[in-house]
Amino acid sequence: MKWLSRVYNGIIFLFLYLPIVVLVIFSFNDSKNRARWDGFTLDWYKDLFQNELILESLKVTLTVAVLAALVATVIGTAAAVGIHGMNQRLKRTFLFVNNIPMVSPEIVSGVALMLMFVFIYRATGLLRPGFATLLIAHITFCIPYVVLQVMPKLRQMNRHMYEAALDLGCSPVSAFVRVVMPEIMPGVVTGALMAFTISLDDFVISYFNSGSTAQTLSVTIYSMTKKPITPEINALSTLMFGAVLLLLLLVNLGQIRDGAQKAKSARR
Amino acid sequence: MKSKSTAAPFGLWMLLFTVVPLAMVLWFAFTDENGAFTLANLFAVKDFIPTFWKSIWMGAVSTFLCLVLAYPLAYSISRTSARAQTVMVMLVMLPMWMNFLLRTYAWMSLLEDKGLINQLLTAIGLQPVHMINTDGAVILGMVYNFLPYMVIPLYSVMIKIDNRLIEAAQDLGCSGAHIFRRVVLPLSKPGIVSGITMTFVPAVSTFVITKLLGGGKDMLIGDVIELLFMGSSKNYNVGAMLSLLLMVLMVVCMTAMRFVDNQEDEMEGLMV
Amino acid sequence: MEDIIKLQDIAVSFDGEPVLEGLNLNIKDGEFVTLLGPSGCGKTTTLRIIGGFVTPDRGDVFFHGRRINDIPPHKRALNTVFQRYALFPHLNVYENVAFGMRVQKKKKAEIDETVHRMLSLVNLKGFEKRAVSTLSGGQQQRVAIARALANNPGVLLLDEPLSALDLKLRKDMQVELKNIQKSLGITFVYVTHDQEEALSMSDTVVVMDGGRIQQIGSPQDIYNEPQNAFVADFIGESNILDGVMHEDYLVEFFGRKFKCLDSGFAPMEPVDVVIRPEDIDIVAPEKGNLVGTVTEVTFKGVHFETIVDFKGFKWLIQTTDYYAPDSVIGIVLNPEDIHIMKKSEYSGMFGDYSSYSEEFEELADPNAGLSEETAEEDDR
Repeated sequence: MKWLSRVYNGIIFLFLYLPIVVLVIFSFNDSKNRARWDGFTLDWYKDLFQNELILESLKVTLTVAVLAALVATVIGTAAAVGIHGMNQRLKRTFLFVNNIPMVSPEIVSGVALMLMFVFIYRATGLLRPGFATLLIAHITFCIPYVVLQVMPKLRQMNRHMYEAALDLGCSPVSAFVRVVMPEIMPGVVTGALMAFTISLDDFVISYFNSGSTAQTLSVTIYSMTKKPITPEINALSTLMFGAVLLLLLLVNLGQIRDGAQKAKSARR
Repeated sequence: MKSKSTAAPFGLWMLLFTVVPLAMVLWFAFTDENGAFTLANLFAVKDFIPTFWKSIWMGAVSTFLCLVLAYPLAYSISRTSARAQTVMVMLVMLPMWMNFLLRTYAWMSLLEDKGLINQLLTAIGLQPVHMINTDGAVILGMVYNFLPYMVIPLYSVMIKIDNRLIEAAQDLGCSGAHIFRRVVLPLSKPGIVSGITMTFVPAVSTFVITKLLGGGKDMLIGDVIELLFMGSSKNYNVGAMLSLLLMVLMVVCMTAMRFVDNQEDEMEGLMV
Repeated sequence: MEDIIKLQDIAVSFDGEPVLEGLNLNIKDGEFVTLLGPSGCGKTTTLRIIGGFVTPDRGDVFFHGRRINDIPPHKRALNTVFQRYALFPHLNVYENVAFGMRVQKKKKAEIDETVHRMLSLVNLKGFEKRAVSTLSGGQQQRVAIARALANNPGVLLLDEPLSALDLKLRKDMQVELKNIQKSLGITFVYVTHDQEEALSMSDTVVVMDGGRIQQIGSPQDIYNEPQNAFVADFIGESNILDGVMHEDYLVEFFGRKFKCLDSGFAPMEPVDVVIRPEDIDIVAPEKGNLVGTVTEVTFKGVHFETIVDFKGFKWLIQTTDYYAPDSVIGIVLNPEDIHIMKKSEYSGMFGDYSSYSEEFEELADPNAGLSEETAEEDDR
């Protein structure tokens, strides 16, 4: 049984990683052909750093992701704290609204926002599709993830902790900063990271809301797939994937070391 | 803490950028290009009914395949050591970190008539197979892209199944198949429900995978909506009506799923 | 002694559900006052009103004669030991105790001195650098007490502080808390549902039920002179019977007249008669005032709990001698064993041991656990 499940898992992981391996290998291929190996080269990496279009959209992607994650984290954390203090009925309403972007098809969310921006632009000449609309759209679909990460932390918190801080002389604001913040911090950080990566990875909503002035990497890649793609983009993906891999490894190593330390101190 | 007011910015933001846009969809769906009320868009949908059926069918098939493929994987992950679990869950999520357009694009080079898989087949003396630009290729693309969305919810429910429950079932005389049917399956039902929702919704509404792997000749509902909003013959009003119907369809499906699951905990079951 | 806290005609309701109704309470400076009652009786809410965490719908709260209704908790000179401690998990023992003084920006030397003094007061010297998560329940409890006392409060509020500890530790902590209160000389307001805890620690016990105070008095008063059937039953075991007061010092029940020590009732007024199980003497049937049949005997270590049937009404009697089931016995009631109470809304609800064993009652009631939980929620 054991070996059977190992073989099965191996096949699934092969399926998941096959295209990624192909992509990485062909980023070093000395030809534009995407199915024939013509020798090793680093030319695509060199070209990548001269491709204005790709670099520009990389910049847009990163800027939007950082800003969206930041704004969403602030709004989302404040929202979670507020929702936590609500009565059952109000809480239900707010959580329902929070779930709308998460459960509606991406294409509908994208189209809906686009229609609103079009409507506003036609009526007032404001909010022409571009960086601003893109950012608004990203913040909108990032917020729910932050809320959902912070809420459980608030729920797990001893409900008297905040009162204990007040009791010992903290003003409500300082009680929040000194006691509640440290407690919910893990949720806030996870929420921010999730928001960042989801923004980074988004295509559908960006596609409908970016206009022609502020294209994210995904949108650029999509417009490139209409003609045969240049391997520069393979090179960029390989670099980004490598960066993510490195980051995750570092975070995980840190966690494992943390865990080991905790286990040790618990034994003492 | 009774500081409801801190949720005010959130409330305002979500009202402006989630609720109002959905109202916009509704408004555009029931008006013509001059803004006058009309039901014409609803009648125009008639032409797209086969597309709707095809989208649902393709979405259902790939969701079913995802479930069948993901279930054993999620279960075996949930029964390994804590450290192996972390690593394997990471391995499941990691592909999602690479741009999904590019991953799908990579499948093109694998599935093409002269692509890597056919090269391999010819090399070992077999006949090449035509795969690209078929429904099969589109379903493969969907399964590939949405498989993690099925594995993670299943896994997160399965780790909560206590090993002692399985031992208790054995103790009470259950065979392997019995344990699965009477203990593991019912306990993992919430995970199945949320996994199905998380794969079915994007699968039905996708428009990129069809373009890249289906060759764009056989359109799904997502492709039609994309075309009506971004293509050469724009028609926002019919597009809005189709989006509205897609949304309604999803709500109906999810309500049905929740009914099956009869869980009432704040829709949180739908999230990972 | 001066009243340090005064609650005047307090009423509170949560979601339309009344929790306190017209509560009046005066607490003297330096007193150990216990609010005692079953869950949902409003005792915790009363404490939270004093602490400032609940604003009453009606009525006033006075502290040293000053009305403090509108003063937020962080500006009140009281501190609280919370249920389940509410220690700050991201701070170590030292920083938890120092928290209040850090907020007040006290000098480092003063903080240092106070923290050490407090930790030695609660027997936790040498634990300064420990993370609170590595402490046992009893140790966390001590940190919570030290943390609350470090602010030098005029009044310490304690909300079921010992409920999470096991029996042995709870007994030790009771003694320790009482000693701390005596040595510091400050007022303790203590909330508990454990009557034994209340009787052994307090100067004054406030028995509450249904959002109202049932009786205020010293532990002895509460035990010996319960004012109604609820108090009689909640504090210790009681046999409660229907009686009629013929005249001062003469009561009739079971068709017989008994001498008693109570007076001041109207002639022929119906009353509740309380007889504590440990006050009853068992004698040979022919020598008894009443004759009954033993139906059940349980050995309890120090004594036997004997259930005796008197004409269909079952009494609980605590004896040191063993009487086998089905044996016929007599009992003697002396005037000082009989306590008379006015009839109240609780009359007839308690004091019959026909279906003894509360645990069994709870097990057999499918809603028992549920109502317990909701009561807990209401008791905020």
